[in-house]
Amino acid sequence: MRTFGWALRDGGALTVRELSHLRHEPGQLIGSIAFPGVMVLMFGYVFGSAITVPGGGDYREFLMPALFAMTAVVGVMPSALLISKDAATGVVDRFRSLPISRGVVPFGRTTADLVASSLGTAIMILVGLVVGWRMHRGVLDALAAFGLVFLLRYALSWAGVALGLSVRPETADSFVPLVFPVTMLSNGFVPTAGMPAVLRLVADWNPVSALVVATRGLFGNPGAAVAADAAWPLRHATVAVLGWSALLLLAFVPLASWRYRRS
Amino acid sequence: MDSDLALRMEQVEKRYGPVRALDGLDLTVATGSVVGLLGPNGAGKTTAVRILATLTEPDAGRAWVTGLDVVREPHLVRRRIGLAGQHAAVDEKLSGRQNLLLFGRLHHLPERVVRQRAGELLDRFGLSAAADRVAGTYSGGMRRRLDVAVSLLVHPAVLFLDEPTTGLDPRSRAEVWQHVRELVTEGTTVLLTTQYLDEADQLADRVAVVNGGRVVTEGTPDELKSRLGQDTLDVVVRHAADLDRAATVVATVTTAPPAVDPQARRIRAGASGSDGALVAVVRELDRAGVAVEDVALRRPTLDDVFLRLTEAGRA
Repeated sequence: MRTFGWALRDGGALTVRELSHLRHEPGQLIGSIAFPGVMVLMFGYVFGSAITVPGGGDYREFLMPALFAMTAVVGVMPSALLISKDAATGVVDRFRSLPISRGVVPFGRTTADLVASSLGTAIMILVGLVVGWRMHRGVLDALAAFGLVFLLRYALSWAGVALGLSVRPETADSFVPLVFPVTMLSNGFVPTAGMPAVLRLVADWNPVSALVVATRGLFGNPGAAVAADAAWPLRHATVAVLGWSALLLLAFVPLASWRYRRS
Repeated sequence: MDSDLALRMEQVEKRYGPVRALDGLDLTVATGSVVGLLGPNGAGKTTAVRILATLTEPDAGRAWVTGLDVVREPHLVRRRIGLAGQHAAVDEKLSGRQNLLLFGRLHHLPERVVRQRAGELLDRFGLSAAADRVAGTYSGGMRRRLDVAVSLLVHPAVLFLDEPTTGLDPRSRAEVWQHVRELVTEGTTVLLTTQYLDEADQLADRVAVVNGGRVVTEGTPDELKSRLGQDTLDVVVRHAADLDRAATVVATVTTAPPAVDPQARRIRAGASGSDGALVAVVRELDRAGVAVEDVALRRPTLDDVFLRLTEAGRA
């Protein structure tokens, strides 16, 4: 129990460390604030001008859940990059020479990333509200929707830590462009009905699609209706998101901890 | 194991893929001493430190820090060590003070103690004025001093300094050395790795020369020098005409026939260790009426020792 108390406190100290970075690097902070806003405006008005929402409705309302899901997926990168840099510069070695529990550093990393990303999400919510997006189903459902977004983001952040501890920072850097196709290859931005069969299969089973369907439902946004013959994760979107997150955590928490112990 | 040993490594082996980083390394370090691990790049110095600092587990052999087994009791070992240098860094995006606060908290010092200790260390290492600047803006010397300061937060029983002055200018090196000397007077045991021989000469009570993953020789810097390199007697005469006479005199006190360099009017010969040879040669030259411009007994430098010992591994 005492060990657990220390682990929490150590995690807190590491979270404070990450947040201090943001304070010393206003550029990074501005970037992470501006990015979500730019995404809303770009997708909302560039794509929105050409796409008709299946079943009718406003494109920007259709879009916002996908952008929230995008922040969850993009979050894999800062986790990977920052811990990879720490490993390369020797900061991880210094942590490992300290009498702290071995899980604390990856835990602090993922927690701090989650806290930092909630700021970006808050900005995105504000910009979304400005362009006409609404949460139609009340506070509880909205909270549940953000809970799902943060859960998947947190799980992916552990995947990022495992990746970051396995490769050098330059390699982690080169993975960045791969993150976008993962979010685009889903039902978030355009209906999947027109995609070639193979892509459609991938899109239907993409955790992003399940997250988008689940949150559209919880926000009461258009595009939440799913055909009776749709893929299983779309018909059981909430369960699918919980399942995907649990799977990711089960795989990557031990992997990240193992990589940390023996890096 | 003996309680007066701060560090002990016994037949430690470590491979990285096909590379044998350590190949049966033995090392003992007495409590309160400064031991220099000296060796070329890739000799295994850093691997030895990483094993002692619980960052890497050995493939074979055992290692203890203050009697605690590094594999079985790493958590206890980590309470007793400080690590600085090549393989432990400070956070460049935090200020000097924030670095000390962060690592102090992670050492589980009470908040009041952390703040007080951070202030003390900033003072001691001449970083007070820069305390609230981001460490990324520090000069190399300042960063290294902060690095050492961080490793001293908890008064470690054993401090590992992994190439503490690599890449520093001479003045910053001298500063880091000064701090290390102060620590030693406070009773901290220091294991220092370096590829600079003068650094080992300046700081270490004992030096272990590492090559090819094992200790090839070990002793005080003076022992190493006299064991491995021979003293050289150097005589320069004023008049070239005296050279032959002087050479005959020199030959009486030296172990090998002297080499004569007429151009420089210099006579050089290996002498066996004692300062008596110098006195004798000066007396005899004077008696023979030879005018001498310079006479000296030169000790080999650690460089000579180092090059001789590590040449074997290269050949």
